[in-house]
Amino acid sequence: MQDVKEFREQMQPAILEGKHDFATVSDKIGDITLKRKTPFHWFVGFAIAFLITQVLLMTITYLVLTGVGIWGNNQPVGWAFDIINFVWWIGIGHAGTLISAILLLLNQKWRTSINRFAEAMTLFAVACAGLFPLLHTGRPWLAYWLLPYPNTMGMWPQFRSPLMWDVFAVSTYATVSLLFWYVGLIPDFATLRDRAKSKVFKIIYGVLSWGWRGSARHWHRYEIAYLLLAGLSTPLVLSVHSIVSFDFSVSQLPGWHATIFPPYFVAGAIFAGFAMVLILSIPLRHWYNLKDFVTMTHLDYMGKIMLATGLIVCYGYAMEAFFGWYSAAQYEYFMIRNRIWEGPYWWSYWLLILCNGISIQLLWFKRFRQSEFWLFTISVIVSIGMWLERFVIIVTSLHRDFLPSSWAMYSPTIFDWSMFIGTIGFFFALFYLFVRFVPIISIFEVRTLLPEAHVHGHHQDFEEIVNEVEIEKIDKP
Amino acid sequence: MSEKKLYGIMAEFDTPTELVDAARRVRDAGYTKTDAFSPFPIHEIDEALGIRRSILPFLVFGGGVLGLLTGLGLQYYTHVIDYPIIVGGRPHFSLPAFIPPAYELTILFASFTAVFGMLFLNGLPMPYHPVFNVPRFALASRDKFFLLIERRDPKFEYEETRKFMESLNPQEVFDVEE
Repeated sequence: MQDVKEFREQMQPAILEGKHDFATVSDKIGDITLKRKTPFHWFVGFAIAFLITQVLLMTITYLVLTGVGIWGNNQPVGWAFDIINFVWWIGIGHAGTLISAILLLLNQKWRTSINRFAEAMTLFAVACAGLFPLLHTGRPWLAYWLLPYPNTMGMWPQFRSPLMWDVFAVSTYATVSLLFWYVGLIPDFATLRDRAKSKVFKIIYGVLSWGWRGSARHWHRYEIAYLLLAGLSTPLVLSVHSIVSFDFSVSQLPGWHATIFPPYFVAGAIFAGFAMVLILSIPLRHWYNLKDFVTMTHLDYMGKIMLATGLIVCYGYAMEAFFGWYSAAQYEYFMIRNRIWEGPYWWSYWLLILCNGISIQLLWFKRFRQSEFWLFTISVIVSIGMWLERFVIIVTSLHRDFLPSSWAMYSPTIFDWSMFIGTIGFFFALFYLFVRFVPIISIFEVRTLLPEAHVHGHHQDFEEIVNEVEIEKIDKP
Repeated sequence: MSEKKLYGIMAEFDTPTELVDAARRVRDAGYTKTDAFSPFPIHEIDEALGIRRSILPFLVFGGGVLGLLTGLGLQYYTHVIDYPIIVGGRPHFSLPAFIPPAYELTILFASFTAVFGMLFLNGLPMPYHPVFNVPRFALASRDKFFLLIERRDPKFEYEETRKFMESLNPQEVFDVEE
């Protein structure tokens, strides 16, 4: 009997803990939005995030009134915080799509309890990312020039430019992520509509659920649409960060012009994204008492994915250095030497290796993957590391270019920082609103995790097989 | 039944297994205008109720093809027909460079078709539906399972159908008013 128990635990790590049925799952998740008093820490957290958002708004106001000269980027470092932060934010978003789409296609059931807030994270991260290129245009009120529309100037966007590809990739990504997220929410809004006591919430959630009534025919088409969206989002998410990496790798600059960039960027994006999912889910499961749904198994799996993608990123670092040496091109070789030890930014490179390369080695051990403290700490370190990675790639490649007479140092101004920190506040402010008004875990999908959700007598499910094994063991001691 | 019109008869069940078994018996009894309601998708119900596979995947494929053609057509028109200009020594029709926007538009159009096609085929948004007249139906989005036979079903006979529904071992049987 002991063996069977162990076997069962191994085969079915707890992705749902505690005693639950359809009703308790619905109530426990739905009531966070609907019934429970908004906790005090929500007001404190939202107030702080909202205040930081004001810093962002003030920076943007000053920026629009004055011009991008308030930032520190200038020749030769013409791209700095604006693109570093853009890539950082958009990368963070990628874990949400990976969880919602790729893990769905791979039939990873544990994704079910974390996909909702991970997708929300994607949306908010993309919103923050979009601000940077938009404002870096200098005249954001003319940003619609990026779109191909017939105009009196008789001109069209230049489709051979990776920056134009970026416009299409990021806007498609934002749109499809929103659609995916919203489609997942329709049945849950219906649950809230039916549970709401107040007329106002009944109407609001009723409108949001579009009259969903859980008909079998509707579910049939719904599941097809959901699966197809997952199938479409998977190549989309891979293409988005590949295209973001094309912004660099299609150019001729040493340090950017490398074939490894697309996979290396995609892995880095997922790496940073999972770090952010952990940063969000660890406090969330404590504050809202969701440990039954977001279990240690989830955190452990996310730790493993962070380790795997982190190692791919480290391979990227190794290859960058190898290319620099093996290319036998003097500019390439100079760039990598300048980046790693000869240049004034050597510290940023080694800090990056420490954050992204060394710190994640702890994740090899179950002890660290099972500790919320360590996972949270490593996630914060990785987030810093992934920001540094973009800093290293962008600044150390640009600041000493082909002509020594044009070399210069780059340093960010206070407005670079206020804008960056402002978007972090904006991100968390949006996330706080999401936690308050939208079910943070997909209720209908968690219902399907319950054993009683399976229809019996038509196919043998895992539970039944194990029961048979148990019975056999009892029969033949 | 007084002056209010009847929409159908509905039975409530506790588990998905009971719902699927009942749905099979309803189908076998020859009813066709039927529907089941559950708080989560149940795959077995499609076969039990005789739901045919949706045409949605074909629509989505069409949407994707349309997106691809739109993307390529847009770039061909702007760079070859309307404003031909040599950039970086590339031909006017630089297919490799045109792939990323066309690819993104393929996904964009296909996704729009998937979502709005699903909503359209489902007849959503629908602000009013008779099933909501049953107060217990609010639990269909929580933990209960419902089976419905509509009045417009050719086999529908009030007394007989109600008796048949009661024979399926439901928790309760309701008349659904229009």
